[in-house]
Parts: sequence; structure tokens; C-alpha cells
Amino acid sequence: MKYLIIGNSAGGIGAVEGIRQIDKEGGITVISNEPYHTYSRPLISYLLLGKITEDKRKYRGADFYAKNNVKLVHGTVKRIYPEDKQVILSGGEQVSYDKLMVAAGSSPFVPPFEGLDGVPAENRFAFMCLDDALNLNKALDKNKRVLIVGAGLIGLKCAEGILEKVAGVTVVDLAPRILSSILDDYGAKPFQELLESKGIEFRLSRGVKRFEGRTAVLDDGETVDFDILVLAVGVRPNTALLKDIAEIDKGIVINEKSETTAPDIYAAGDCVQTVDASSGESKIMALLPNAYIQGECAGINMAGGEKSFNKAIPMNAIGFFGLHVVTAGNYTGDKLYTEREGNGYKRLFYGDNKLNGFILVGNVEKAGIYTSLIRERTPLDSIDFALVCKKPGMMAFTREERNIKLGGGAV
Amino acid sequence: MGCHLCEYYCAFAGTDGSDMARALKGIKINPRIKIEEKDGISFAVSCRHCREPLCVKGCITGALTVADGVITIDRDRCVSCYTCVLSCPYGAVSPSDDGAVQKCELCVKTAEGTPACVRGCPNNAIVFEERECAE
Repeated sequence: MKYLIIGNSAGGIGAVEGIRQIDKEGGITVISNEPYHTYSRPLISYLLLGKITEDKRKYRGADFYAKNNVKLVHGTVKRIYPEDKQVILSGGEQVSYDKLMVAAGSSPFVPPFEGLDGVPAENRFAFMCLDDALNLNKALDKNKRVLIVGAGLIGLKCAEGILEKVAGVTVVDLAPRILSSILDDYGAKPFQELLESKGIEFRLSRGVKRFEGRTAVLDDGETVDFDILVLAVGVRPNTALLKDIAEIDKGIVINEKSETTAPDIYAAGDCVQTVDASSGESKIMALLPNAYIQGECAGINMAGGEKSFNKAIPMNAIGFFGLHVVTAGNYTGDKLYTEREGNGYKRLFYGDNKLNGFILVGNVEKAGIYTSLIRERTPLDSIDFALVCKKPGMMAFTREERNIKLGGGAV
Repeated sequence: MGCHLCEYYCAFAGTDGSDMARALKGIKINPRIKIEEKDGISFAVSCRHCREPLCVKGCITGALTVADGVITIDRDRCVSCYTCVLSCPYGAVSPSDDGAVQKCELCVKTAEGTPACVRGCPNNAIVFEERECAE
């Protein structure tokens, strides 16, 4: 059996580890369009902070490819020929396969800003991959003013990572609050205050209307001068390789076996769209844990095993300067449970006997109990929900359920 | 019976000391095994070393790994993002006092064979054995 994996990040690595659980012999080729050992993308901001070294950014140990008998090819796939079971690389090289995995990731989304082309290329950066971080790092110095467009997870991790190295950082976002995709107004407030206290400036509820060289003109006419521009508006799934080959909606559509609609072609990670177990909607959840689990699931099925994964949910864990937030699920339901104390904030979103989502700022202890209630769609009347709201723990489950979970009956 | 001795043995297992009372006196311990108690019921919760470990699969750095069925944390590789805290259905991975997350590692790093909490439990309520999983 010949396995071909496009992508060398969480989805691709998950596929390798999934395949090797079943098939120790079959040849595995991984094609990566980056010239690096597998690394963890979310670590690029820590790299800029100087918190981790080059060795520690590796997502798997130095012997990963040798140990798993994987051939790593650095190249870019130009096209897939499913009828010939072959891909062709941009250099013309052909690689054939029996089972194909597409873990092609996502790319930064760049809105059509007026005047963006007038911003010199050497002053313009994305913050997505290792090269982005290394290039940005080279351009930084104490005299540079940085403008980041996008106050989401990527933009703010970038801001945290570079703050000490530059003259100033300003972050612009159309949304009225920072981290708007994962936090509500109350949850966003302590983070904004903390980041502002460290020196980051925000321009919220405003977008960039146009660029005039190294000046951004905002919607309300205010101008922000910058030396370095980082665009962190969002990401889009890399679906082009499977265009006209498999079903693509917003992302590549996969089922719970990580199969695409094309035979012998699987997909995982940021490039796919799948069902959110917390809402039932099919959507893109470009998050590392989902990518790995989808990849591993694909790998097991590619190698002839049996695996399903139908419990993907949105979940985020992130911290800035020591203040942490964890969130999961969807913020829907007609009922809320809220605790607020200082910077600490807990909000549970529930209704129809199910927990749908939560935000925990500050004390994140045992957050996984809540995540599990969302993931498993646990009927809230089967547990002591009043207790678990206040104090997440195994105590909220019935004795029988506890015996199963703690006594050896669970996964 | 809710004596919490396992929590103290756990905290002590991470120190170099030879005298538990001296090592932990005046310290607010942050053990890897934790007692839950309510209305006269109490039980200890620590890592189940799951066969399908969501903490390991979700770890963004590769700091959490499984070897011979035991899930351990490479503290040098952990960046304290807390994705594992968010993932663990038992609440058995927690922030530590010094950066990296912490979890029960069955005392494999202290090389004492039987975990300290098991040896220290006066009521033999904590056992160390492999059990078949439902799946």
C-alpha cells in the first residue's frame, strides 16, 4: 500500500500516526511546501517572544520520519490526477498513491484594501507560518511602528510576541471588541485592559479604508502611520487541489471517517468542513486538536482500520501575559450561568437540557468537564448541573456513571 | 474517607525531601491527584491514562506523549496554552505553580514502582492496576 500525505502539520502528522497504528510496512510519503521538520504553527508567536528554541518548535521529535519510515518530500503539489492516482509537483515530479490525504491547511485572507499594493512588500507580512514569523522577526527593531489589522487570535498573539521588540503596536479591527470570535464583551474587557497596560493600542469598531504608502486611513478618517503592516484578518481553507474532484462547500467536505466525496481521498485540518457536534452545523473549525484527530482518523481508515470522529467542536485555549481564557462550543441557548469576580469570568450557555458552550477567563481548572458535557451532548438532567455550574467535577455525575468513568469503563 | 493523604503523598513525590512533614509544612499544595467530596462522599481523581487521550491528541506542541500506556508531560516543551486542561473530560490535567501543566504520571519519573498515593492511602481505596476498557 502506498500512502501519500499532502501537508506536514497536525493533520498530516495525525495521518502518519494513524496509518502506523494499523500498517507498519506500507510506504508513506509526506509532501510539504515548507522546507522544515514538522513544527507547531501556534508556536510561531512563542518563537518571537524567545520563549522557545528552534528545537522546541518541533511538533514531533527529530527521529519522527525515520521512526515511522516516512519519506518527506519538500515540494508543492500542483495537481491531483485521481483517475491515475497520481499527483504532480510544481517541479514536474510525479508521485503515485493508493490512498491520498489532503491536509493542505489554510492561507491568510487578504481583503481587497484600496492602496494595499502601494505598501512596499518588505513592509507587509502575514502571520501564519514559520517563514512569516522569521521574516517578520528580521524586520523588527526598536524604531519600528507596527500596525496589525485583525484583533483575533492570530493578530493578538503576534502583538504579544513582538511588543518588546518594536516602538509600538496598534491593532485595528472592525469588531467592537478584541477576540470577537471567542469572547463576549465582558470576557474581552480584561484582555483589552491587560494588553493596553502593556502598551498595545487598539482602534476598534473601525476598519482600514485605504492605505496611502505607509499610512492607513481608517473608516472615521483617523490616520495611523506604520513601518510594518501585519495582516491578520482571517484565514481561508486551501481547497483548490480538490476542485472538481471532491465536494467543496466552504471547505473540503469530509464525513466522520475523514473521507472526502472522492474515492481513496481523505482530508483533515484547516482545509476541511465538518459537522460541529455542539450545533449540528457543518462548518470550518480550523483548530489544531480537530486537525490532529481528523488526520489520525483518516490514517486509520486509509490503512484499512475502522475509525469515526464525529465530536469536533469549536474550542480555544489562549493566554496573554499570564491571563488565560478557554472556550468551547457555541454561545447559544436560552439560559446563562454567570460568575464574575475581578478579572475572572465564567459563563455557561445552555438550553434544551444541553450545555452548548462556555467561556472561562482566569481560573480554567477542570474546564474539560464542561467541554465533555458539550462534546457528549450530556442531558443536563442526568447530572447535578447546579453543582457542576459552580464547581466542575466528577461529583456531578451519578455514582453509576462515576464508576464507569473512573472505574475503568470509559475510553 | 476524605483524609486527603494521597494529595500530600502526591505533592511530596515531586520533591527531593525525605521528610514529608518538613517538605510540605506551610505550603499550599497543588497535587496531581485531587479529592472531590460532598455530603459524606469522597473520592480521588487523577489521570485515567485514557486509550484515546484527548490531551495528547490536542497538544499543540507535542509535549504530552504516551509511552507504554503512561501519559507524561515534557515540561520543557509545554507552553501552558491549556488546550489539555480544556480537553480532559476528568479535569485531571491542571495548571501548575511554575509554568507547564501537571498531571499524574503514575510516579514513573520518581521510579518508585507503585505510585506514592497508592502506597500512602491508609484505607487501600486507591489501587494501581490495569482494567479493560469498554471499547
